[in-house]
Amino acid sequence: MNLKVNGKQLTVDVDPATPLLWVLRDTLALTGTKYGCGMAQCGACTVHLNGEAVRSCMKRVADAVGKEITTIEGLSPDLSHPLQKAWIEVDVPQCGYCQSGQIMTAAVLLAQNSKPSDTDIDTAMTGIICRCGTYSRIREAIHRAADMKRSTT
Amino acid sequence: MSSSNMKRRDFLRVGAAVGGGLLLSLYVPEWAAPAEASAVPASGFSPNAFIRIGTDDIVTVIVNKSEMGQGVYTSLPMLVAEELEADWSKVRYESAPVAAVYNHSVYGIQMTGGSTSTASEWERFRKAGATARLMLIAAAAQKWKVEAGRLRAENGFVIDGAGQRASFGSLAELASGLTPPKDDALVTLKDPKNFKLIGKPTRRLDTPAKVNGSAQFGLDVAVPGMMTALIARAPVFGGKVISVNAEMAKAVPGVKDVFQVPSGVAVVATGFWPAKLGRDKLDIKWDDGAGATLSTKGMREQFAALAKTPGKVARKVGDPVKALAGAAKTITAEFEVPYLAHASMEPLNCLVDLRADHCEIWTGTQFQTIDRLAAASTAGLKPEQVEIHTTFLGGGFGRRANPASDFIVEAVQVAKAAKVPVKVVWTREDDTRGGWYRPMWYDRLTGGLDAQGNPVVWNHTIVGQSIMEGTLFAAFIKDGIDDSSVEGAADLLYGIPNLQVELHTPKISVPVQWWRSVGHSHNGFAVEAFFDELAYAGGKDPYELRRTLLAGQPRMRAVLELVAQKADWGKPLPKGRARGIATHFSFDSYVAQVAEVSVDKQGKVRVHRVVCAVDCGQVVNPDSVKAQMEGGINFGLTAALKSEITLEQGRVQQRNFNDYQMLRMNEAPQIDVHIVPSTEKPTGVGEPSVPPVAPAVANAIFAATGKRIRKLPIRIVDLS
Repeated sequence: MNLKVNGKQLTVDVDPATPLLWVLRDTLALTGTKYGCGMAQCGACTVHLNGEAVRSCMKRVADAVGKEITTIEGLSPDLSHPLQKAWIEVDVPQCGYCQSGQIMTAAVLLAQNSKPSDTDIDTAMTGIICRCGTYSRIREAIHRAADMKRSTT
Repeated sequence: MSSSNMKRRDFLRVGAAVGGGLLLSLYVPEWAAPAEASAVPASGFSPNAFIRIGTDDIVTVIVNKSEMGQGVYTSLPMLVAEELEADWSKVRYESAPVAAVYNHSVYGIQMTGGSTSTASEWERFRKAGATARLMLIAAAAQKWKVEAGRLRAENGFVIDGAGQRASFGSLAELASGLTPPKDDALVTLKDPKNFKLIGKPTRRLDTPAKVNGSAQFGLDVAVPGMMTALIARAPVFGGKVISVNAEMAKAVPGVKDVFQVPSGVAVVATGFWPAKLGRDKLDIKWDDGAGATLSTKGMREQFAALAKTPGKVARKVGDPVKALAGAAKTITAEFEVPYLAHASMEPLNCLVDLRADHCEIWTGTQFQTIDRLAAASTAGLKPEQVEIHTTFLGGGFGRRANPASDFIVEAVQVAKAAKVPVKVVWTREDDTRGGWYRPMWYDRLTGGLDAQGNPVVWNHTIVGQSIMEGTLFAAFIKDGIDDSSVEGAADLLYGIPNLQVELHTPKISVPVQWWRSVGHSHNGFAVEAFFDELAYAGGKDPYELRRTLLAGQPRMRAVLELVAQKADWGKPLPKGRARGIATHFSFDSYVAQVAEVSVDKQGKVRVHRVVCAVDCGQVVNPDSVKAQMEGGINFGLTAALKSEITLEQGRVQQRNFNDYQMLRMNEAPQIDVHIVPSTEKPTGVGEPSVPPVAPAVANAIFAATGKRIRKLPIRIVDLS
């Protein structure tokens, strides 16, 4: 099977029904995408498929063929994405385990909404659990990243 | 994790229990111990086990505490950098291996818990930095042939008043030939007023790795030839396999082996997915054992009956019987909280590479010494033949400090049978149903008031399992009292002249364990919610009554006054909103909170804002203290509003985040944290903000609706 991950064409030999999450993690060693629940309840496994946020734990790898797959490793080569900068400035992460999913979800929100309100953020981000409870900082960092993005475009 | 009442001597007794006296001999408390365990580079300077300075000027701090979100990979390096006069931009962290020199400076084993990391390393890490600074200065003095007394260190350089300067890296080789100062007294520490880094908000060193996917958690580690294993565990605690048919499982492509281990049946495969498909195909007959009769309903009835009978007396002050008989008014209320799973976002996992004479383990653990002893004993090796690499922990909350090292021992058992490196992974369902919960508790409180409405007597009966009983830590139970069951209740800060706290400790086969804030997590709720009831019964404002009864507790009183002021206690709120207040002392820190809530017509609670004041002594990184208060409040809100573990016929009724629910973004309140400036010694930060949340919310709900909350989690049906 041919996959395009973070701009690179790759060939994998796996059962087509395998969830994309486990192909990324176990086959391609892209471990930035996390396993949290396996049933699309927590969002730790969120990646982009053609720019849409999807839960890779419930997505068959066969359904990702022919699509642009972006993982946290592909968001920027050098921590330069506004969300990464804002996350660092606000010091959002605690344990950090859920943050790939948070950032990948927020990236789609910002691509679609250049100035999200608190309510927009709540709506977009409610599917992603943070057990450390960094929610108020996530909210602040998304606003900050939106400001950064608007001021540079 | 651990109880704030644990003392070093108790840990040493535990050490004697697990290691036949081994830990006693392992305990080398000195900051100046040599760098025996960390790799010393060919060129560079390792003045002690905590610091390595490279010729490239990079200062690496070897951190003996596990990073599970609390910011310890930043706060402990800050302590070193402050006294070393390092250039903060050149400071890096590294996880320590397991070695006696890295033992907890109070408990005598290598571990992270009890909200003690900063408090227990406050001296040692600063002294390690100060020693290194003295040696670098001595090296420069030798190089320049001048008196050391005229040199100083600043921002990564040793500087001579006359203008010469040399970077730490350029002095590293010379310094590594010097002997560390033998006399502790020569290593003087800074006056706090001269701190440059300590007390300043400092960005975490581990954040960049946590926003680009490069931070490595236990689940992310792979070694050549590694297999992944999932285990089918008994559906009832204490259950055993009678028989297993593994034919279908073995037929799944990628499944390499299926065998029994003491905890169940292991399926070893080339990756997580085939292991899971294989496990789904196992046909196992279980002997449920005696645990199959357990139900939450039955336990609750048992606990409620016990609460009405005399228990073991944990504390007695004055003459409670007489005082109750003479009270003008008495009230009684019963409180209950459920079993709770820790639910770290990273499910438990452990990678083991077991060889004939060596065992290498990669995992996120809080309990290195105990885990190493347990792994060695399981593998049939000596402890020094077991190496543990502590990765980042995707949350810990106490679960990764398991008294039985359950997830480590099981992985070693699997590796032993598999004869290849193997990573045992728990699914979310395994993690939720795997036990080692915060116990369920039932509390009965009776208070008496005098004619003026002042509390004169306080009786509290606590019913719940001991987290120490049946574990290595049974030595902590004294005269039938497990201090961690009564902490936050027996040490009530309020000045009430007559008090009695009693404890019942029923034995139940559900494994239980410390869970963020331990005994305080339930006693904080019962005590502070009941205090509110007592205040109203006596016609007093709940803030004013707390303030009056804290006359002998100036630090708590100051925290209470601060939170009331910042939350505008007593001032009007928008219609439908109300405030509740609570305080709690735990892990030697003082916390007070005000919650602002509303309850809609359906009975749904919305927490809009939580204001928090904390006195945790000298603060190292204020931003980390704020982050821990914020996180602890959301953790406490999850317990107050969302989750519970229940049992029926011995089976846990919840499985994943759909039915064991977490607080989410749309439910997370605005949180305002205020830190009391202090030069007292640092105290706990990771746990103390958890206990006051539930009672502050419950008290606010009463103010909003007139309904008392006496059971967690709060359900719509209780308020609709």
